[in-house]
Amino acid sequence: MDTLMSLADGFAIALTWQNLMLALLGCFLGTIMGALPGLGPSNGVAILIPLAFTLGLGATPSLILLTSVYYGAMYGGRISSILLNIPGDEPAMMTCLDGHPMAKKGMAGQALSLSGIASFVGAFFATWGLIFLAPQLVKIALLFGPAEYFALFALAFMTLGGVSSTNQAKSAFAAALGLGLAMIGVDTQTGVPRFTFGEVHLYDGLDFLVAIVGLFALSEVFIFLEHRHGDADGDTAKIRVGRLTPPMSMLKETTPTMVRSTFLGFLAGVLPGAGASLGSFISYSFEKRLVDKDGKTFGKGDPRGVAAPEAGNNAAAGGALVPMLALGVPGSGTTAVLLAVLLSLNITPGPLLFSQNPDVVWGLIAALFIANIMLLAMNIPMIGLFTRVLMVPPKILMPIVAMVSFVGIYGISGSSFDLLVMIGFGVMGWVLRKLDVPLVPIILGTLLGNSMENNLRRAISIDNGNWWTLVDSPLSIALWSIAIIGFILPLIIGRKVKAQMHAPRDEEGAISD
Amino acid sequence: MSDRIFGVVGLLLAIGFAFAALAIEESFLSDAVGPKAFPLIIAVVLGLSSISIALKPDASPTWPSLGRFVEIVAAVVVMVLYAELLPVIGFVFATAFAATYLTWRLGSGVIASVITGIGTSVGIYAVFHLVLGLSLARGPLGF
Repeated sequence: MDTLMSLADGFAIALTWQNLMLALLGCFLGTIMGALPGLGPSNGVAILIPLAFTLGLGATPSLILLTSVYYGAMYGGRISSILLNIPGDEPAMMTCLDGHPMAKKGMAGQALSLSGIASFVGAFFATWGLIFLAPQLVKIALLFGPAEYFALFALAFMTLGGVSSTNQAKSAFAAALGLGLAMIGVDTQTGVPRFTFGEVHLYDGLDFLVAIVGLFALSEVFIFLEHRHGDADGDTAKIRVGRLTPPMSMLKETTPTMVRSTFLGFLAGVLPGAGASLGSFISYSFEKRLVDKDGKTFGKGDPRGVAAPEAGNNAAAGGALVPMLALGVPGSGTTAVLLAVLLSLNITPGPLLFSQNPDVVWGLIAALFIANIMLLAMNIPMIGLFTRVLMVPPKILMPIVAMVSFVGIYGISGSSFDLLVMIGFGVMGWVLRKLDVPLVPIILGTLLGNSMENNLRRAISIDNGNWWTLVDSPLSIALWSIAIIGFILPLIIGRKVKAQMHAPRDEEGAISD
Repeated sequence: MSDRIFGVVGLLLAIGFAFAALAIEESFLSDAVGPKAFPLIIAVVLGLSSISIALKPDASPTWPSLGRFVEIVAAVVVMVLYAELLPVIGFVFATAFAATYLTWRLGSGVIASVITGIGTSVGIYAVFHLVLGLSLARGPLGF
């Protein structure tokens, strides 16, 4: 009952004109960003953060705007998957498999509306999951001392590599690089400067927003420049959207699929290190194995193959918010970016967030429900508008992305030095992406580095310099064991799963082995 | 091959990081761990993962041809110039130039690029400065 009371309070916060307008704006921008190939949820949210700050929005309104963008991008990704066979963002990759064949059969409108409904179901129930699971996780997290927190951070880094990279060494490298970058600046406990090389600008440390925008948004611009990929990918004018409402029989047929996929997607989202991409992948492959044993209909335009990944990725998006809000440890790229928002607003996510800033938590959750309904309402009738957005060529879009990134970062600090650092991160992001080094651990490292170190030092100081205190309690031993298993297991099986996730179109049959 | 070079560079980075960590001046008032320990742990992880990358490299990525590579370097130079000139010549001019350049290099014609560049700059100025009230860099002309 407590939960429902808090939720009611949350609605009271979210239902102001300002917050409703922000949610609407966020949903709209998010859908567009999700739909456009080259802009996904993480870089879409990244370029909007500095703007939310410079506009002077408070914590709850900023979060409402940015999570609406996040949910919106999850909806939007499907549009170009279905119409152009090009995923608008990574989680929408699996939607191509059956969505595009449906469009070819002249059922584009039905595929779009069905996937819209599936997205709604996934996101709606995942938000309920968030409401009930997060407070339980908070109860466990309240038992954590500094040593357990240190183990939890280690767990986050060690499991992140399992799905975000094919190569564990590269994800470990990325995490260490991010942590190393976080060390730059004046040490908070002793006041000595570290790794600043006498540069005064570095005494405050690197602003992680600069790193995020550089790594996510600018590196994308460089990728497009490299391929001189300036023209729109396909001709949406040729595709007839057709009838927009799916027949009742189709909805009936896909309901069990949506329920199963929502559950799986949510689980995948809650797990550390996994995100929406894994959610849609698991849902699709599970559904395929369950209802299409002989491989007759999936991949040829089966509506269930559209509903499964869409319910899955939206549910995972909701699930990924659970560890981010309850523990302060995000499991995916976009939730890492959202964590950056909280940290910049001086709000520390984690168990205390629920008791100290209940308005932020419940306002956000209420806003998620509102955003979800807006998205459903927006995504079916306005589909024509969004398909037209797909025709904006990258040669116009990418310069805008670059310039808005510069505007945002300059708006925060007003210093050219930060812009130069951002360009540096953009180049670094491009090189690392070429080398298949995942960027999310770098971001997570720069975000969590200082608090990870503080917890380590606090734990050991409390125990008079005894390092064994780190593995002294059953809870921390459990966390370390999960971390080690999470690091080693993908070495055995992860490579295979990841390879399949990335080549669903080349080796479609390989998924079922 | 790329990964072997990457691994070696990473190892050098780790060694450099470790030396920089050892060079941190300890304050006379320090906690039990001190400011050096955690950076040193990071340096070890960085070094070990770099060695592992160098010893077990993945297949090389397809690097861009020299021409494409120069393209990216040129874009970086333009962006650096943009960052430096922004406070000097003001937002609208600097952004128009930078956006024109990027649009042109992504394959628009010259005239179309200029129009897109000016449009982008004025559009961002209108939305972010005039509507949303964000403070952008001011040039000698006040915008």
